[in-house]
Amino acid sequence: MVLLGLKWLGARWLRILVHAGGLLPLAWIAWRYSQGLFLIDPVREITAVTGRTALVLLTVMLACTPISAIFGWKQVLRVRRALGLYAFLYASLHFATFVWLDYGFDLELLVGAVLAQRYVVPGLVSGLILLALAITSTRGWQQRLGRSWKRLHRLAYLAGILAVVHFAWLVKDIRVPLRYGAVLALLLILHLPRIQAALHRARSWLRHRLTAAFPPSL
Amino acid sequence: MVKINPSEITPEEIYLSRRRFMKGVGAFVASSLILAACGSPEPTPTAAPAVVTSPTVTPASPALPPLRAIADEQGADLTTYEAITNYCNFYEFTTRKDGVAELAQDFRTSPWTVQVGGLVHKPRTFGLEDLLKFTQEERVYRLRCVEAWSMVIPWVGFPIARLLTEVEPMSQAKYVRFETLYDPEQMPGQSSAFYNWPYVEGLRMDEAMNDLAILATGLYGKTLLPQNGAPLRLVVPWKYGFKSIKSIVKIDLVDEMPTSLWMAASPREYGFYANVNPEVPHPRWSQATERRIGQSSRIETLLFNGYTEEVAHLYPDLSNREWFF
Repeated sequence: MVLLGLKWLGARWLRILVHAGGLLPLAWIAWRYSQGLFLIDPVREITAVTGRTALVLLTVMLACTPISAIFGWKQVLRVRRALGLYAFLYASLHFATFVWLDYGFDLELLVGAVLAQRYVVPGLVSGLILLALAITSTRGWQQRLGRSWKRLHRLAYLAGILAVVHFAWLVKDIRVPLRYGAVLALLLILHLPRIQAALHRARSWLRHRLTAAFPPSL
Repeated sequence: MVKINPSEITPEEIYLSRRRFMKGVGAFVASSLILAACGSPEPTPTAAPAVVTSPTVTPASPALPPLRAIADEQGADLTTYEAITNYCNFYEFTTRKDGVAELAQDFRTSPWTVQVGGLVHKPRTFGLEDLLKFTQEERVYRLRCVEAWSMVIPWVGFPIARLLTEVEPMSQAKYVRFETLYDPEQMPGQSSAFYNWPYVEGLRMDEAMNDLAILATGLYGKTLLPQNGAPLRLVVPWKYGFKSIKSIVKIDLVDEMPTSLWMAASPREYGFYANVNPEVPHPRWSQATERRIGQSSRIETLLFNGYTEEVAHLYPDLSNREWFF
């Protein structure tokens, strides 16, 4: 029984981790709220938590492909969709907080806010990209779009960059958004063909050396 | 002070809308969770916020007048003591507003001296006890942060004009330059080279001599806590909050416009005057409305934060952008 359980866990622990990571921030918001811990500036707090979580999940999702390429760990590719959908969920909550909790659906105020605050624009565009990617994330859409599906879903990088710009434009202290920007830049660099080729060479060289040092027993 | 418009005295509505708002948050969280088991949707008002440094740690000095006000002159409720002491922008400790109180709790505010010098006839170093000899009065001011949130705070302090008169400014003195303590061991945020520490701020001489400009030593009838700029901070309510420099150790009268920390950090975004004006947005965000801490819906920001009557004469030409930047 224990062995069976372990086997089951071994096949699914990454998925479990992703769902836990995707749901925990929401549970945390609900818990803080139920404890009355949002007393000082709830709007700001909820805006920050939802926005930050969306950005973190998006970044982790974008890291999956490079991780699989560098470490040859194919399993991570299968959690990309879940990560992306969670990122979209938090982006939607972030948007809802802005129009509902913060601006109370006051159209005049909202229009004024969008016009005067340039940070709104990259945020909105990033959210729209995530919406399009969430809609087309199903297997059906993947088949229908064929080769262009992959091209479309590369827009996730643009969504990430726009989210960082959005973040950097709205804060007084840009050190934190810069950290996210640096991680994204690194992920993008890993996609350059030359870097990919180098990584590939490094991996085959390493594998070669390892098999030479530890020959598989006959 | 601005006349109280009867329509603005609506404490009942503020209470009610606050409750409506908290319910709104409940509905929002619940619906996004699709979880009925969300627990009590009404937050318990007794629940302790992040960190409240017990007032018993710093007993109210006998020199401070007790809290008397319940609202500002426009009828707006005071922001709670818990919010004022747990939601602070004080980058010398951390950039996290809810993290300052904890990091600042062991900050040493005694002994404390303030050097007052520069273009004055009688330069002098004041101990905090000397400054407490000036009659301390309660001043309820709105504090409007440049980040578009605001509070109503019952400060205790004295007009800075009294201190300046004491040291006899020379006629060449045109500006007042303030400096915060530089002590990275006590203020961990100062070990980052990202900002040009120590914090520096300034006022034009006539701004400093205005009766609204005070040096605060307390709030809510209690001695100022470190997170709020203890033991001595500036309060200039018609300007954005960052002008109200905290934990002051040095005041100099000078003949040239001082460069503040924010002017040095981001010259395109922060100028010397920084007077509140809803018509002049920050280069990156709107200043038209603000979120009053503890209140549900946004409120409109007022020119000079509602202190036009007291300070408008200092800035005769409203179209001069320099004064609102």
